[in-house]
Amino acid sequence: MSATLGATPTIVLVGHGMVGQRFLEALAERGLTATHRVVVLCEEPRPAYDRVQLTSYFSGRTPEDLSLTDLEFIKDHGIELHVGDPAETIDREARRVTARSGLAVDYDVLVLATGSYPFVPPVPNKDAAGCFVYRTIEDLLAIEEYARNASTGAVVGGGLLGLEAAGALKGLGLNAHIVEFAPRLMPVQVDDGGGAALLRTIEEMGLTVHTGVGTQEIVTDDSGAVTGMKLSDGSELATELVVFSAGVRPRDQLARDCGLGVGERGGIAVDEQCRTVTDPRVFAIGECALAADGRVYGLVAPGYEQAETAAATIAADEASFTGADLSTKLKLLGVDVASFGDAHGTTEDCLDVVYSDSRAGLYKKLVIGRDGTLLGGILVGDADAYGTLRALTGSVPPVSPESLVLPAGAGSGAQLGPSALPDDAIICSCHNVSKGSIRGAVTEHRCTTVPEVKKCTKAGTGCGSCVKVLGQLVTAELEASGVEVDKGLCGCFAQTREELYEIVRALRLTSYRELLDRHGREGARGGDGCEVCKPAVASIIASLAPAIGASGYVLDGEQAALQDTNDHFLANLQKNGSYSVVPRIPGGEIAPEKLIVIGEIARDFGLYTKITGGQRIDMFGARVEQLPLIWARLVDAGFESGHAYGKSLRTVKSCVGSTWCRYGVQDSVRMAIDLELRYRGLRSPHKLKSAVSGCQRECAEAQSKDFGVIATANGWNLYVGGNGGATPRHADLLAQDLSDAELVRLIDRFLMFYIRTADRLERTSTWLERIPGGLEHVRDVVVHDSLGICDELEKLMRSHVAHYRDEWAETVTDPEKLARFVSFVNAPDTPDPVVSFVPERDQIKPDLPLLSIGMRPADDVLEGSAQR
Amino acid sequence: MTLAVETTDLKVQLQLADDWFTVCDLSMLVPGRGVAALLPDGRQVAVFRDRSDRLYAVDNRDPFTGAAVLSRGLTGTHEGRPFVASPLLKQRFDLADGHCLDDESVRVAVYEVRTR
Ligand code: SRM
Ligand SMILES: Cc1cc2nc3c(=O)[nH]c(=O)nc-3n(C[C@H](O)[C@H](O)[C@H](O)COP(=O)(O)OP(=O)(O)OC[C@H]3O[C@@H](n4cnc5c(N)ncnc54)[C@H](O)[C@@H]3O)c2cc1C
Ligand code: SF4
Ligand code: FES
Repeated sequence: MSATLGATPTIVLVGHGMVGQRFLEALAERGLTATHRVVVLCEEPRPAYDRVQLTSYFSGRTPEDLSLTDLEFIKDHGIELHVGDPAETIDREARRVTARSGLAVDYDVLVLATGSYPFVPPVPNKDAAGCFVYRTIEDLLAIEEYARNASTGAVVGGGLLGLEAAGALKGLGLNAHIVEFAPRLMPVQVDDGGGAALLRTIEEMGLTVHTGVGTQEIVTDDSGAVTGMKLSDGSELATELVVFSAGVRPRDQLARDCGLGVGERGGIAVDEQCRTVTDPRVFAIGECALAADGRVYGLVAPGYEQAETAAATIAADEASFTGADLSTKLKLLGVDVASFGDAHGTTEDCLDVVYSDSRAGLYKKLVIGRDGTLLGGILVGDADAYGTLRALTGSVPPVSPESLVLPAGAGSGAQLGPSALPDDAIICSCHNVSKGSIRGAVTEHRCTTVPEVKKCTKAGTGCGSCVKVLGQLVTAELEASGVEVDKGLCGCFAQTREELYEIVRALRLTSYRELLDRHGREGARGGDGCEVCKPAVASIIASLAPAIGASGYVLDGEQAALQDTNDHFLANLQKNGSYSVVPRIPGGEIAPEKLIVIGEIARDFGLYTKITGGQRIDMFGARVEQLPLIWARLVDAGFESGHAYGKSLRTVKSCVGSTWCRYGVQDSVRMAIDLELRYRGLRSPHKLKSAVSGCQRECAEAQSKDFGVIATANGWNLYVGGNGGATPRHADLLAQDLSDAELVRLIDRFLMFYIRTADRLERTSTWLERIPGGLEHVRDVVVHDSLGICDELEKLMRSHVAHYRDEWAETVTDPEKLARFVSFVNAPDTPDPVVSFVPERDQIKPDLPLLSIGMRPADDVLEGSAQR
Repeated sequence: MTLAVETTDLKVQLQLADDWFTVCDLSMLVPGRGVAALLPDGRQVAVFRDRSDRLYAVDNRDPFTGAAVLSRGLTGTHEGRPFVASPLLKQRFDLADGHCLDDESVRVAVYEVRTR
């Protein structure tokens, strides 16, 4: 591209949406940001964000979470980003763009990425108060605000966005209606059969669908606010809020105004290099462009490809965009919907293979060419095979088409794994990543986890629909390339924790020694194990105790010797050898009488007290021989062990919820107490934390918990995999609007599945990121019971609940166990003199004089003693 | 330990400067775990019993933190060497010779143990 002599050439980008941002990244990757001045005019009040995931705002993702723009990236590449300042005019003669603020920039290359605007049908009162569109974060904020005072909402349009919008309205607690002019839902993506399967599932969720009717007029009251809408069949639908989602139109006005050619039905006309057909210095990419194949693409993947093409062309590289397929996989209101290739069977002489079970909401159709080539298809209700099928499109599948649509397990149903795909099959269409590149990431770039492969190849970082297949490929490749990763738990066991769990469960082994001697590594058999596997196996045995016939009491028999020191003394060891005592305070709720008991005990034993970060009280500085005395009094007053020492349930924090709080919509305290009592004592791979908030304001911080619950108008939303600590992670929404019973059932399954499959000391957050298929897989297993193990998981939890006993109550009544709580075996009444304290702020703190002695050097070691 | 005496009557003894010091009944020791004993001069010893009833004794003080807690650590076998892992910061100590397996320069005292 020729530049003005002497000056740095300038690229101006109008529109900082998804495609615009991708274009900037492509510029940077090609080094163009170093050789060019890059100016971006961004109309919205915030830089580019993930519009595809817009609806996840309602399940708790903040606008910041949705951001696609790394401000470091913008800064590092010297990009001049003007937020909230749209381009108003383009003077192509002078090669100058002028923004609303008056800012004028002269360009050498101009790139238009202005996206689309929502089409609003010209019905009377379409601009009344209560009418909205669904495109930007600002739209969502406005809908959310207005919905506070509404009980019913209607969406005009039953396409992809309409369904998302309707789901969002339902999530906001409204009775949601969908009005669709066509005779079925999602007319563009699915056929009649698919529409019927979708309709059934969506109606079952409590949404009301009106198909085959148009909107004729919006009805308003005196103040001009929406009260209803008149439909084409003469009926009237009462509603206080209307969201128009009747399609989008390219934003090409700016282009029209400066004389650039546009298509008959809109869209800035470009050639295969994404250059406008009118002016070689101007490009158009994304939803505002009318591509060389005569289409305007309303999906992000083709837009990304156009962004790459434009950047390549500017860099004088070869690239072209000649069209893209419209494959999509979506999760609409929890229902998988996918279509790919020639979904509607427009190819001459093609044949359909259809499997339909409307009772289960399943519909699968494959379009097959005369010669057996897979041409396309539609999947509703179960789109697991999408990644593989999409990549196989254009070739003859290695197994019969029927077996590809039949559910696994049903007769000849075949599960075609990604290993059947050729290397050039595109796995991630958002980023155009082939199976070969993914394999390369593993074999050449030494990636060993899905997150690493994502980072290396970008695969899976767009719409996310390929992540499942990605996980399968990475695992297969790791195994095939023989990268001998020793996945063993420790030097004693070659198995993973998950494998040991299965061994213990299947063989009903209740003895660590037996496990070590029969299943340990050769050299470790007959030995004493180690500090890694002993507590891990103890935890496995404890969490399976009722089912395998082991004692549920962690200090019984051999189990006692396996426990980590904290579990062994049922208290937390502190730096000077003293212990802390944490009684359970379920949900953080405590009556004054019990508070007084804690105060009295702490005073009588001279303990340091502190309110913990987990909504309860910790008493520090107890000597080992004081623990039984302290606990005898606590047990007497009705307290139980808080398991602060165990890899087990810690606290279920609560907010005051609907009982007191003006915003609360459910009784969050009661639910927190119920959950804490249900899961107390449950031994798991790592500690478990939870919280219940009474409304979206989230005062209990449930989204930072292993399982967090947030009240909705209709029940509870369940979030999983959250974490505070060193690597905080926001929890993911697992399921919405659950009743009490549904909530408990899902948590039962989730926890038991985690306990069964996690590694040792792996919090739910890391587990969720690690396991193949991630959240989707977990949802399939625990919500949809895809492995058929939910009955068993629930049964395990029921027997845990039934067999729970308080460890401390049991210990204080057992003289043999109590004998262990002494500082010295030969002087049970003498306290450890090393444990001493000094005063601080009216309480005590540990005094550690011995530390100043420092470490004992290796040579003065035998003084006064004989070596063995 | 070839004496045909009732196990419950066996006493655990430590060799001090010139005498054997009785600590407790063998039955007080759970295989795989330790106990602490107080010596006449105020020092503390951690005594352990492994699954084959072998006994070990090391100084109870964890040299890395100063706290007298080694008796509360988990024991194990590392490449054939018996060890205890400190319950505080998890450094492992060879029960037979007192060497820290994670830091060459550190060692704890060891004592000879027997049953009588
Ligand atoms: C007492 C308390 C601090 C306080 O004064 O408030 C505390 C104290 C300890 N925390 Fe914590 N944590 C406490 C709340 C938290 C919280 C806040 C919460 O629960 O809401 C977090 C972040 C939330 C989370 O876990 O996701 C927290 C994240 C950690 C972590 C990091 C975990 C992670 O996944 O990254 C550790 C280290 C670990 O477990 O490996 C840890 C470990 C510890 C240990 C057990 C460290 C140790 O081994 O000595 C501390 C000893 C507790 C004792 O002796 O009683 N503590 N710790 C809090 C007890 C809460 C309770 O009532 O049970
Ligand atoms: C709720 C929702 C769900 C979706 N789900 C999917 C999905 O699952 N899969 C999929 O492939 N696609 C999906 N899409 C479509 C996808 O978001 C778009 O294809 C994609 O955002 C297009 O990117 P773009 O950059 O062309 O346009 P946009 O992202 O719309 O960006 C255009 C930007 O240009 C700005 N602009 C316009 N005029 C000017 C001006 N004069 N000056 C400065 N700035 C200007 C606009 O304000 C906007 O910020 C979804 C869209 C929505 C709304
Ligand atoms: S989360 Fe909601 S209900 Fe609970 S205290 Fe906060 S505002 Fe009130
Ligand atoms: S296909 Fe969209 S992220 Fe891979």
